[in-house]
Amino acid sequence: MKRFAGFVIKEFLHIFRDYRTMVILFGIPVAQILIFGFVITNEIRDVDLAVLDMSRDEETRGITERVEASGYFTIQKRLESPGEIEAVLRSGTARAVIVFGQRFAERLPGEDKAQIQIVADASDPNTATLVTNYLNAIFTSYEMELVKPSPVPHLIETQERMVYNPNMEGVYMFVPGTMAMILMLICAMMTSITIAREKETGTMETLLVSPLRPFQIIAGKITPYIVLSFINAITILLLSYFVFGLPVHGSLVLLLAQCLLYTVMALSLGILISTVSNNQVTAMMISMFTLMIPTILLSGFIYPVENMPPLLQWLSYIMPPRYFIEIIKNIMIKGTGILFVWQQTLVIAAMTVVFVGASVLNFKVRLE
Amino acid sequence: MEKVIEAVDMTKKFGSFVANDSLTFNVGRGEIFGLLGANGAGKTTAIRIMCGLLRPTSGKITVAGMNVYRQAERIKRRIGYMSQSFSLYEDLTILENIRFYGGIYGLPERVIRRKSQELAEKLDFWRIRNSLIGSLPPGWKQKLSFSIAVMHRPDIVFLDEPTSGVDPDTRRQFWDLIYETAAEGITVFVTTHYMDEAEYCERVCIMADGRIEATGSPADLKELYGAGSIDDVFVKIARPPRG
Amino acid sequence: MRIVWFIVEKEFRQIFRNRMMLPFIFLMPIFLLVVLVNAATLDLRRIDVALVDNDLSQTSLRLTGKFEASDIFYIPRAYTSLEDAFDRLQEGSVDMVLNIPAGFERKILREEGAQVQILIDAINALSAGLINYHSQAVVADMNRELLTGVTPESAGAGAPAIEVSHRQWYNPEMDYRIFMYPGILVILVTIVGMFLTAVNIVREKEAGTIEQLNVTPVRKYHFIMGKLIPFWIIGMFEIAFGLLFGALLYNVPVEGSLFLVFLSGAVFLFLVLGLGLFLSIISTRQQQVMFLTWFFMLVFILMSGIFTPVESMPGWAQQVNVINPFAYLIRVFRMIMLKGAELAEVQGDLISMAIFAFIVLTSATLLYRKTAAG
Repeated sequence: MKRFAGFVIKEFLHIFRDYRTMVILFGIPVAQILIFGFVITNEIRDVDLAVLDMSRDEETRGITERVEASGYFTIQKRLESPGEIEAVLRSGTARAVIVFGQRFAERLPGEDKAQIQIVADASDPNTATLVTNYLNAIFTSYEMELVKPSPVPHLIETQERMVYNPNMEGVYMFVPGTMAMILMLICAMMTSITIAREKETGTMETLLVSPLRPFQIIAGKITPYIVLSFINAITILLLSYFVFGLPVHGSLVLLLAQCLLYTVMALSLGILISTVSNNQVTAMMISMFTLMIPTILLSGFIYPVENMPPLLQWLSYIMPPRYFIEIIKNIMIKGTGILFVWQQTLVIAAMTVVFVGASVLNFKVRLE
Repeated sequence: MEKVIEAVDMTKKFGSFVANDSLTFNVGRGEIFGLLGANGAGKTTAIRIMCGLLRPTSGKITVAGMNVYRQAERIKRRIGYMSQSFSLYEDLTILENIRFYGGIYGLPERVIRRKSQELAEKLDFWRIRNSLIGSLPPGWKQKLSFSIAVMHRPDIVFLDEPTSGVDPDTRRQFWDLIYETAAEGITVFVTTHYMDEAEYCERVCIMADGRIEATGSPADLKELYGAGSIDDVFVKIARPPRG
Repeated sequence: MRIVWFIVEKEFRQIFRNRMMLPFIFLMPIFLLVVLVNAATLDLRRIDVALVDNDLSQTSLRLTGKFEASDIFYIPRAYTSLEDAFDRLQEGSVDMVLNIPAGFERKILREEGAQVQILIDAINALSAGLINYHSQAVVADMNRELLTGVTPESAGAGAPAIEVSHRQWYNPEMDYRIFMYPGILVILVTIVGMFLTAVNIVREKEAGTIEQLNVTPVRKYHFIMGKLIPFWIIGMFEIAFGLLFGALLYNVPVEGSLFLVFLSGAVFLFLVLGLGLFLSIISTRQQQVMFLTWFFMLVFILMSGIFTPVESMPGWAQQVNVINPFAYLIRVFRMIMLKGAELAEVQGDLISMAIFAFIVLTSATLLYRKTAAG
């Protein structure tokens, strides 16, 4: 045990002495959460539009004003003829063009329906769908208001409540995802690259012939990084709370415990990666390809898992960040307790056990 | 004798630390010149300055008749260098390393092929020519590094601690290679902390704490200090008798 | 120039020698691309609803029937109490609660105006907005039916009506994959190329071989070119293979000229690989350079507008995109491949990238010192 303690202290000194790496390891997560927290959002805001108004009457002006006042859109250009549509969409000046048909106000009350056409640049179908939906909603509400003064007021009214996020803040969705991604990558990369480096330079062999057992070597390597990663996790939580106004409705202790579990899981995954790589570059490449891109795309960070084709939904079950994102949203935003997240917690714990077990086995194989 | 290296007051400071303090020496063509000293005496700094890897703080230094401040890149065509760590690519084979360095020095394809064959015969590596450098024992790597460093027939070859960490037998073989090279007219500038190797040099400089303490042929130095071996000379210089 | 070729040859040998890396360089990117491109959709496919119908009248059934009849709402079961339904929302098994209070039908018949409550899990604000939009559409439809049903004459003449029609240009099928494919391809190719160039020179520094090269007469720009070209060739091959697979599997179109696509890819690769070399020259350890590269790459990727719209980003972020290689290439690829843009329309971006690449490569060359000062 004394030998083990000495080993852990040596590892600590080894890491904290290299201050350039320290700056990188502590600086990168802070910079990333700040940048991504502000930048990554799929809210529609100030999207550029163009208007082709062939009626130029009170109603079309009213609708155009309503579109502008919504805050979602900016009218970049008013077109004179249909021939100009191509140019504004092609150059990207506008994401969509609203076309008002002729004699709009005149046709509005009658059987002869008033026409609006939305011509969207669907080369980006995700944004095109959003733009179209938002515009439709604006038109519908305008239409409903025209209906209202009619003598029959017996309609169904909806009373909608946006639960958990009444102000519809984008950060509620993206900050938990950013947390999961940054913690995962920084922890896994840190350990996998460091250990791969020791293999490359041969210091690992010295350790392997020492009287320490494989499990102790792994534990010794991982302990300083647990401390380091936990500090990172707390920094990220503080930034989410103070900078992005994410609430902590649930238990803080549970939240911290979950962060700890998640970082340990990510670190053990890093160790597993290092045991299968022959040098630092390989460790890096494995981390990038198996963690970075899949985390961005498959964990529900940006694209909701339930929208994906079944095969990918199934694949997302093996993505650890998926569970952590659910846990974070539950504890911080919904304020639920362990009863609601025990399944996810168990999955992350099981993954940790599997990663550690596989790493120890790999080490043993190398020893024999 | 024609001088191929001339250094006058060569000084290198790293901040307040003086690594080379006004070194003055010269080396003649075809000579085997040894720079001796303990670890940290400033040998590597001196050799790196002459190879154009490090800019000196002051002093007048010419290598192969060219100024190290202004003509560093031209000097590089005329010299060979073998550093402390064997600078061959571990993940390339023997032949691939030869081919690469030959190509970098602008040797034509035909010459590279001929040199490869010659080296293979001389060092007897033909049957392992396609082995990776990483799989070779240190002695092999050393001989190969040296041969590659002189493959483009430089005027001078600089060897920085070429024999550290190998067995005496390999060291002797290595010195045989050095003699062959010198016989071909290539000047050899070698640093070492093995004092017995100094006996192989025609002339030596003994350095301590960044300064040159003595220069001369091994025989002259032994006579001057009344010592039986260069090792004794070195002990007398490094630890002057208390009095 | 012969010297450049010798460096290129040596780099290729080293790349192909590490057998473990080969699948990561050549297979992994294409495999991930082909699989993961399917994930990048914001299309709402289904909305699970917990229904609380305390009215159980003909009208309330008609309303819930209307929800179910739309192909997006699913009502797995109804609950008697709002608390039970809310628990389902809490645990995340439904996206929304539809609460029809008792007396719903009576109020409509008495023309008093009835209310239904819609509770939406709004953590994902965007999805919540869409769920709200779809629910409002169903209710509006119901309202229209009720109106026409009760006062048929008003529907004919009195009710104002706007007919909204849609046109989707450049991608009429609204296939998100043909939009995402080129973008993800670029990201994967860059991960491979930029990391390999970034660690390349640092590895030579760690191994000490850089010193051996520094005493040779090799010129600095020859060295930089020799380091750049192998990864550039690999990158171009991957772009070509990626596009081929895209065309075969997902019908990713190339409306404009294929030559222009490759020209933009070529300029872009010079830029990002140059950035990799630049980072490699200023770093001393592999670990440092890997983290630095990862940092810049992730920032560039997430800010490029490929996953989330650029317009939604704050002003400073949009300005940062002036130096974001991904933002340029993704815009240019989209223009050429989907809109069939010609050289004249993308030359501004291409020239910017070329200038930027020139600056990066020149600084890399200048910062690379064969003779250390210190």
